Amino acid sequence: MNNIVNPVTLVDQSFYYIIGFSFVFLFAITLVMIWFVIRYRRSKNKIPSDIRGNLLLETVWIVLPTFIALSMFVSGWRSYTGLRNVPEGALEIQVEAQSFSWLFYYPNEKETENEIVVPVNTPVKLNITSLDVIHSLYVPAFRIKVDAVNGIQTYAWFLPEKEGEFNFQCTEFCGTGHSEMNGVIRVVSKEEYEEWVNKEDEW
Amino acid sequence: MKIQYKGIRSWLLTMDHKRIAILYLFSILFWFLLAVLIGGLLRFELMFRGQTILSAELYNSAFTLHGVIMIFLFIIPGIPAIFGNFFLPIQIGTDDVYFPRLNLLSWYLYMAGGGIAIVSLFSSGFPDTGWTFYVPFSISTKTNVSTAVFAAFVLGMASMLTGLNFITTIHRMRHKDMGWMQIPLFTWSLYATSWVQLLATPVISITLLLVIIERYFNVGLFDPAKGGDPILYQHLFWMYSHPAVYIMILPGMGVISEIIPVFARKSIFGYKAIVASSMAIAIAGSLVWAHHMYTSGMSDTAIFVFSLLTFVVAIPSAIKVFSWVSTLYKGSIQMTPPLFLALCFIYLFSVGGLTGLVLGAVGPDIHVHDTHFVVSHFHFTMFGGTGFAFFAALHYWWPKMFGRMYDFKKAYIGAILLTGGFMFHYVPMFILGLQGLPRRYFDYLPQYETGNFYAGFGAAFMIVGIFLMVINLLSSLKKEKDASSDPWGGTTLEWQTPSPPPLHNFITEPEILAYPYDFSGVVERYSKDDKGE
Repeated sequence: MNNIVNPVTLVDQSFYYIIGFSFVFLFAITLVMIWFVIRYRRSKNKIPSDIRGNLLLETVWIVLPTFIALSMFVSGWRSYTGLRNVPEGALEIQVEAQSFSWLFYYPNEKETENEIVVPVNTPVKLNITSLDVIHSLYVPAFRIKVDAVNGIQTYAWFLPEKEGEFNFQCTEFCGTGHSEMNGVIRVVSKEEYEEWVNKEDEW
Repeated sequence: MKIQYKGIRSWLLTMDHKRIAILYLFSILFWFLLAVLIGGLLRFELMFRGQTILSAELYNSAFTLHGVIMIFLFIIPGIPAIFGNFFLPIQIGTDDVYFPRLNLLSWYLYMAGGGIAIVSLFSSGFPDTGWTFYVPFSISTKTNVSTAVFAAFVLGMASMLTGLNFITTIHRMRHKDMGWMQIPLFTWSLYATSWVQLLATPVISITLLLVIIERYFNVGLFDPAKGGDPILYQHLFWMYSHPAVYIMILPGMGVISEIIPVFARKSIFGYKAIVASSMAIAIAGSLVWAHHMYTSGMSDTAIFVFSLLTFVVAIPSAIKVFSWVSTLYKGSIQMTPPLFLALCFIYLFSVGGLTGLVLGAVGPDIHVHDTHFVVSHFHFTMFGGTGFAFFAALHYWWPKMFGRMYDFKKAYIGAILLTGGFMFHYVPMFILGLQGLPRRYFDYLPQYETGNFYAGFGAAFMIVGIFLMVINLLSSLKKEKDASSDPWGGTTLEWQTPSPPPLHNFITEPEILAYPYDFSGVVERYSKDDKGE
């Protein structure tokens, strides 16, 4: 299982790449702007120069940002393919959204509501649909989000590398209880998971 | 020919583009300030966990109202209907728009749309769908969605007719000496905007009618059980609503392209590139709508194409920012409230544009889509961008429109409160979004408390700043008329008419410059003034 690249890493790399460039641009633009306003204030610079453009400069600032933007597109797309390509041997859980709760069905027909328990270091694939209006399943810790749409099957997968509890929330507005439509993913050791999943439902 | 009315009828039956612009100004200001206060309520509710001042139902209605009013009654009509109506004919040296009667009809449609929106509130429950009216929720919810979408439909008509009017006016009524490359950049930006208004608005009009049809007749266009597709609605909705964000921002960019040269007393840098980028934004911006739908379940091929096109549309916006900053180079810069607001625009809009790159990139967008990050991003572009351009335009053209100068000190204080509050409000929202707080949340998990608490203070500062600026402008109306015809030293034609301009705009035939941003005459005039000649 160690050869699987966690898409969280790819998504974060793409994010830092884009936001890093953005900070550089923002600081450069802002500092130059403030410098010009101070340096060329009317009390210091009575007569303005008549400069109407500069073909070379304008070409540079069209071509260069185009390449940078395209590289950003590529990094974003690559991280997305990581989110889409589910590794083999993933644990598949069927998810049904309804106003205002989440239902989960395990392969052995165990059912849970607003809570999933998954074994650590095992890829998990969620097959998602909705029983009524559109909802969206969002797990911030795993950088995944996909809409739950009635009549359509969508999916997302994640690789839990650490034991612990992670929140998931609904991110498509669905009515009064929208903000309460959340739950917890519990990542546990493989042994604990086996014990949990094979226990008969108490309800 | 034209009948002259007196009193209130001289306003309600006017066909003078300037009077219609002022009618728009006060009606739009009313809606804007109302939506600002509703937005404040949302923020204050979110300052603490659990219910404080609004219930969940009221909160959901409040963000719907805030969105619908801000989008359809303020940002889309704001700059074109007020400043476009007032200055487009003057900037091209003519006496009115091509269809003055239609212009007045647009205003009445706008007022009717606003009226219908009010009716929707007080009959069978406040609409609670968000301004996006996503199906199937908008079809199944019991609140009065039909009336609310009908209001948006009527407002769309007003917007389309204004667009049609402007295109025709620019083509047919330009001063005979004014070629296409002599048109001021504000008018150019309205030209690009008007095409989008005219071509994209019918899509939303039809879509909104389909929602009404679904609610009453349940045909099943968007219902998979009947062979329909809920994602089809999202495509139709964004096919208008994404180009619409360019309807919102392009006129604002046009305003900035006027203000920066005037206060730098120097030609705009790269006139043709700015014209071309306006048109490029209008065209490319119409082809990127599905970048709102990466998580919707549409095909990965579509996602690839729409993400790529989204990055393409970033370039023309970047060109404009570079041109504005370069315009300041070796200028003779005079700080004034409109320039201050324009500089704030450049900064805030850059933040909005750059965070848009994060949202255009597919992988990172999956994480932050429909979170507070997105909300913050579009407030940086729509408020930090269009909103600040709107205020810059108000302060820039106010002396021309009303013949009175306002108090600079109060304007600066208002603008600083607004900008400072803005940062305090929206920067925490970026962080909240990255931490995973979804939008349209009445309540939230404990880890999101700090950011929401701080953002509330920012909102309070913003509201004070906005009201201070507006009150400062309005209180100037009590004074005697004191503004000269050209208080800033501008080159475009509106500065060749008296303040305020008379009925048919020009007393003497306007002089058309070979190049619209040639400041040599202005520089010469002012250097003579300095020598006391």
